[in-house]
Amino acid sequence: MIDKMLPYLLSGISVGGQYALIAVGYTMVYGILRLINFAHGDIFTAAGFFMVYIAAALPVPLAIPLVVILTVLLGVTVERVAYKPLRSAPRMSVMISAIGVSYLLQNLMWYVTGGLAKQYPVIPWISDSVTIGSATTKMVTLITPVLTILLVLALVTIIQKTKIGMAMRAVSKDFETAQLMGIKINSVISTTFVIGSLLAAVGSVLYFSNYTSVTPTVGAMPGLKAFVAAVFGGIGSIPGAVIGAFIIGICENIIKALGYTTFSDAFTFALLIVILLFKPTGLFGEKTSEKV
Amino acid sequence: MIMLKVTDLKVNYGGIEALKGISFDVRQGQIVTLIGANGAGKSTTLRAISGLVKPSDGSINFMGRDITAFNSQKIVAEGVAMVPEGRRVFANLTVKENLKIGAYLRKDKDEIEEGIKDIYRRFPRLKEREWQLAGTLSGGEQQMLAVGRAMMAKPKLLMMDEPSLGLAPLVVKDIFSIIRDLKSEGITILLIEQNANAALRCADFGFVMETGRITMTGSGQELLVNEAVKNAYLGSN
Repeated sequence: MIDKMLPYLLSGISVGGQYALIAVGYTMVYGILRLINFAHGDIFTAAGFFMVYIAAALPVPLAIPLVVILTVLLGVTVERVAYKPLRSAPRMSVMISAIGVSYLLQNLMWYVTGGLAKQYPVIPWISDSVTIGSATTKMVTLITPVLTILLVLALVTIIQKTKIGMAMRAVSKDFETAQLMGIKINSVISTTFVIGSLLAAVGSVLYFSNYTSVTPTVGAMPGLKAFVAAVFGGIGSIPGAVIGAFIIGICENIIKALGYTTFSDAFTFALLIVILLFKPTGLFGEKTSEKV
Repeated sequence: MIMLKVTDLKVNYGGIEALKGISFDVRQGQIVTLIGANGAGKSTTLRAISGLVKPSDGSINFMGRDITAFNSQKIVAEGVAMVPEGRRVFANLTVKENLKIGAYLRKDKDEIEEGIKDIYRRFPRLKEREWQLAGTLSGGEQQMLAVGRAMMAKPKLLMMDEPSLGLAPLVVKDIFSIIRDLKSEGITILLIEQNANAALRCADFGFVMETGRITMTGSGQELLVNEAVKNAYLGSN
């Protein structure tokens, strides 16, 4: 039994880590702007295409940092162009803008690629095979959870211990008072998008190295699942998003191991419905400690 | 010396004129108070000075510089700090972090640490609660924290929006004694209060606002004994 489960469990943890890297971007942007950044999944996909095109011209070790930089630029540009002008608009307007950006990016990717699946480059070392007990898997499966946890710990340290982290927490609570402290709201928001896009880019490299090709819509599903993970964990909470992502990744793969592969996606969305019905604030939803 | 000079300031909120052209001066080292009923435009005046709302007309001059078009960060950097209405401490930050964030634009690390100690000397109760989240403090403690936070910016001008609002009478007394202490240390204060009596008692100068205009001016003492002010804001007995 354990021999049969092990490969699924490993891949569940790995996929969970990849979801987590995307989910952090959703949850951080929500924490500060109260916005579901629908374009986030497409930025994740775009990172996949950046890799395809850059790796065609440059060796992979050089391509990876370039992919990360381009993805960050894309994320920050989206914020500047589509969200910043709507800072004082109702939240619904910003959300509609986010949906617009999502479709724009998808269609740009259709346009550029001609709708053909592009072959994803083989990344040396992390695509190598390793054998653990009864399971043979790729190196990436083992690297992902470790890297995810390291990155998230680094992020939590930044938020708890640094000045910019303190500013982020202040802005997430109260825009106006933060301004009265001399905090530049816009640079704090940009920082949030830098971090979110950076993690999505790393997640993208890890995720797509398990697949042979990228298409413009292939990022939609992991993007959605990461979003569900963020809601499940309690949107706005970083530890929540990470734990939610691992739970979803592992459950999906256990369901596959039990032979119900067809239902693994359905499980995630059923989970979303159940959470929204019974605990809409998620596992670690915002504590309210305010005294009136 | 005139520290703050507001000239013919107008502010519109979506077609409603909240300020219809007000002018007043704040002299260095004084406590100046704006009193008036709800909706008279007192808070709007402070929000305009601190750069949170853009005036539609008029000018704001601070220490000889025109700051009318400055954004909030620049105005804080010039030396204007605000204790906002309802305290607005960052409930999700600790007491110490709230003080640190008040010094956000300052680079002098050692002096910031000194400043925090100084605030703790002034408000020992904050020292006791240093590591607590600010959201768990009582109203009076939060008000002390909001004052301390504003002090951390080393302001030349401290603006306070209704510091006594919603506090128990004993705490209100504390707050006003803090305001007097700050003045004796050379800080200029622009104070908004609904508690006109207490405000005028400690103020050097007062302005009475009514629906976006300044209708009366005078020293604190003059306004305290003024019949019209007595009737409208102090209770006639």
